[in-house]
Amino acid sequence: MAADYLDRLRREGRIVIVGASLAGLRAAETLRAEGFAGELTLIGDEPYEPYDRPPLSKSVLLGMASPLHTELPHRWEIDAKWRLGIPATGLDLAAKRVKLADGDEVPYDRLLIATGVRARPWPKEDEAGLSGVCLLRTREDAADLYQRLKAGPRRVFVIGAGFAGSEVASACRGMGIPVTVAERAGAPLVGALGGVVGAVAADLQTENGVDLRTHVTVTSLEGDPVGRVRAVHLSDESVVEADVVVVSLGSQRNTEWLTGSGLGAGPRGIACDAGCRAFDFRGIVTDDVFVAGDVARSPHALFGYQFLSLEHWGNAVAQAETAAHNMICHGADRRPHLWMPAFWSSMFGVNIKSVGVPPMGEQLMITQGSLAERRFVGVYGYKGRVIAAVSFDNTRWLEFYARQIEQGEPFPVEFPTMDRRPEGRQPVPADFPDPSLPTHGPTVTLTGYSPADQQLVFHPARH
Amino acid sequence: MTQAPLFRQITDFANRANPYPLYEELRKNPVLHEEEGGPYVFSSYYDIKALLHDPRVSSDAANLAAAGTDELARVEETGGLPPSFLRLDPPEHDRLRRIANSAFGPPHRPRRVENMRGSMTAIVEQLIDAFGDARQIDLVDQFAYPFPVTVICRLLGVPREDEPRFRAWVDPLVASLDPDTRQGADTEFSKAAQEARMQLGMYLAGLVEERAKEPRDDLLSDLVNSHGPEGAMTMMEVLSTAVLLLIAGHETTVNLITNGMLTLLRHPDILQRLRQDPELSVTIVEELLRYEPPVQIVPQRTCITDIEVRGVTIPKGSRLWLVLAAGNRDPERFKDPERFDPDRGDIQHLGFGSGIHSCFGAPLARLETQIALRELARRLENPRLVADPPPYRQNAVLRGPRHLEIAFDGLH
Ligand SMILES: Cc1cc2nc3c(=O)[nH]c(=O)nc-3n(C[C@H](O)[C@H](O)[C@H](O)COP(=O)(O)OP(=O)(O)OC[C@H]3O[C@@H](n4cnc5c(N)ncnc54)[C@H](O)[C@@H]3O)c2cc1C
Repeated sequence: MAADYLDRLRREGRIVIVGASLAGLRAAETLRAEGFAGELTLIGDEPYEPYDRPPLSKSVLLGMASPLHTELPHRWEIDAKWRLGIPATGLDLAAKRVKLADGDEVPYDRLLIATGVRARPWPKEDEAGLSGVCLLRTREDAADLYQRLKAGPRRVFVIGAGFAGSEVASACRGMGIPVTVAERAGAPLVGALGGVVGAVAADLQTENGVDLRTHVTVTSLEGDPVGRVRAVHLSDESVVEADVVVVSLGSQRNTEWLTGSGLGAGPRGIACDAGCRAFDFRGIVTDDVFVAGDVARSPHALFGYQFLSLEHWGNAVAQAETAAHNMICHGADRRPHLWMPAFWSSMFGVNIKSVGVPPMGEQLMITQGSLAERRFVGVYGYKGRVIAAVSFDNTRWLEFYARQIEQGEPFPVEFPTMDRRPEGRQPVPADFPDPSLPTHGPTVTLTGYSPADQQLVFHPARH
Repeated sequence: MTQAPLFRQITDFANRANPYPLYEELRKNPVLHEEEGGPYVFSSYYDIKALLHDPRVSSDAANLAAAGTDELARVEETGGLPPSFLRLDPPEHDRLRRIANSAFGPPHRPRRVENMRGSMTAIVEQLIDAFGDARQIDLVDQFAYPFPVTVICRLLGVPREDEPRFRAWVDPLVASLDPDTRQGADTEFSKAAQEARMQLGMYLAGLVEERAKEPRDDLLSDLVNSHGPEGAMTMMEVLSTAVLLLIAGHETTVNLITNGMLTLLRHPDILQRLRQDPELSVTIVEELLRYEPPVQIVPQRTCITDIEVRGVTIPKGSRLWLVLAAGNRDPERFKDPERFDPDRGDIQHLGFGSGIHSCFGAPLARLETQIALRELARRLENPRLVADPPPYRQNAVLRGPRHLEIAFDGLH
């Protein structure tokens, strides 16, 4: 019976994907690659075919790539119905229909939600509306910001020194534009990588001529009489004149359209199981609604079964592939999404990459290179095991550390490595501002290599 | 008669033309250690990949020499030029490779390789035109060797006319890369290699001195005049880097092109497709790097502490052989691995190695081979092999045919 249903689904079923960007496209390709022959519809509120976002804050701002030419290459013919430029506005779980802004309703047998996140705007609406106050999430955002940078502003002000904000600052310096960065915490990247590594990022910025202000918040944006931004007011009473302000305060999940649908969707994303099946608000798993990408929140066995939201490019791809696979196969053939979190960034000529979940780390050890040279690998430890690693200009080693995380290797890291300096012999506190640590330790490790043969091995807890 | 240990059979010339059945044997025992003091031999894709990224595995000639087993390491240690970055660990490796890279690739020289596309095509056309009325050629001597050599000379800024001179030094050097598994080290052999390296270095020193005074648009000029945030290379470092690039530019691409044409002639359907669709050269070259990689083995690694692979403890100081070509046909990683199939969706391979030592010249080798195969496919009318298998070079590490006789009906 169930097998019949699945056969029919694969042959002539209807699959709808909401969110036509990275995760949506990769899921569509995977569905076709794995033999889905039915009707495939992609719904996206942006008027473009899927494009790539990481270049928007890097090469695009430097004028090395056009914002209009970051289309994602298609890896597979997907033969889909595209509904572009039309937002989905609602979901009827019982009737299995997606409602669109133009009044249309699209029925589905299986649904994938991949609506991602959007940039968190400046909270005061009148100030956010000033000309020169920019966000950076979409192609238009990037085109607009690039034009403003090219026009040679006197000063750019970046609010928030996370990855995106720091990348914008880096692009400004690359173009010789004066830039001020304000950060509530004590250093850039603190939330993602902790204070020890944050201090390195701070040096990197100041040495490259960024006017970095930490431990401050922006209190207001001041406009001129014709509505252009003119100055930024800070909590330490200082005022900085700037004609471009980039608001880089993180993101908000695109889940509002699901309000009232009964799905477990809210400001923290859409909760799903390890197989990418969405939970309804009662915590019961659905079997026909799947989630992938930035908007998803899924439990990860290696990280204490925490529900992780990962705004990572690689996660969107891997999760989309897993979701698509699971959507059209038997229960026993389903795969868990056990992706090793990995994030990269580049700023001020330095390549930064992390694997695992650094913010879970209590302690940090520099196992290769040195902080002072800004070329190093740092390993984060959590309850006696390796939980994450970060590299500055040392990307190629991280595969090794990813295996260490997967296999639950012990921390501190005792073995010698090439280029290990005296500073790396002792762990130091990783110095995260607000560690939200889970209450129990992971008791599983990951074995196997490819997603197809990865297995969890259960170890009873050691007491 | 008892059979020789597997790892010795690899270097045995008798198996050169088709080592793949041997590699299949190897993979049955993916962590192979057959002789006291002999190497640990790895043949599984995932193990090799992991070892290439393992910070406990060293490429430093000095660490190998300490293990007391590597002839070549001793050669490099005992004088002449300092080791090239290929035989160094971080941080020295990183510094030298970075400086070299700023002369070669992005961000400083993003289009250096791409900009050579036009002149590469012109060189290829000239070489093919020079076949003239012949109806049979030796692809190695008349094409696959002269092409990359001309390119690397031009890139470095070495006069092409001097090729016969430095070829005499390059040959013994390349020969010395072959791991010597014979009992008792051949000191004559390694002395010759050391001598050749010195000679080549001295020859390049003359050119580098000229470039220091009067820079041109070539790599030697950039290397000797590098004054980035990393500081500059010393003169000796410039020379050993130049020797490395000249040699790598010499031997690897020759074999890749020759192996490529050999493989295409053995798969006429794909050759035919390439003739119609030159774009196919991109995936053909990637699949080639998996299927017939020019560098078959990385024999110069050791571990600086005990490490564990598949439950086997490899003691500190052991010599490791990473058999890239065996990993490339590992069924644990690739579906239908013994089939040459440019259409396989994910062509990842160990053909250029992986990790910090992954092939520095990869972009160059790719482009050269793409152009070479595309043009050979386009211009040779009804090409066919005269002898299969062709005669091979001695070397087991840099494996490829010594000659490749090809008959054809004319030129397009
Ligand atoms: C400037 C920038 C730089 C980045 N750099 C890096 C980096 O260096 N490394 C890295 O790992 N990651 C980086 N990322 C993150 C990476 O781009 C994301 O993880 C990835 O785009 C997530 O893909 P997604 O498909 O889940 O979501 P998105 O790409 O956000 O796509 C969601 C799509 O759904 C659409 N949508 C939303 N609501 C609706 C609706 N109701 N109806 C229809 N459509 C809707 C959205 O408009 C959007 O097109 C960067 C992101 C940005 C913005």
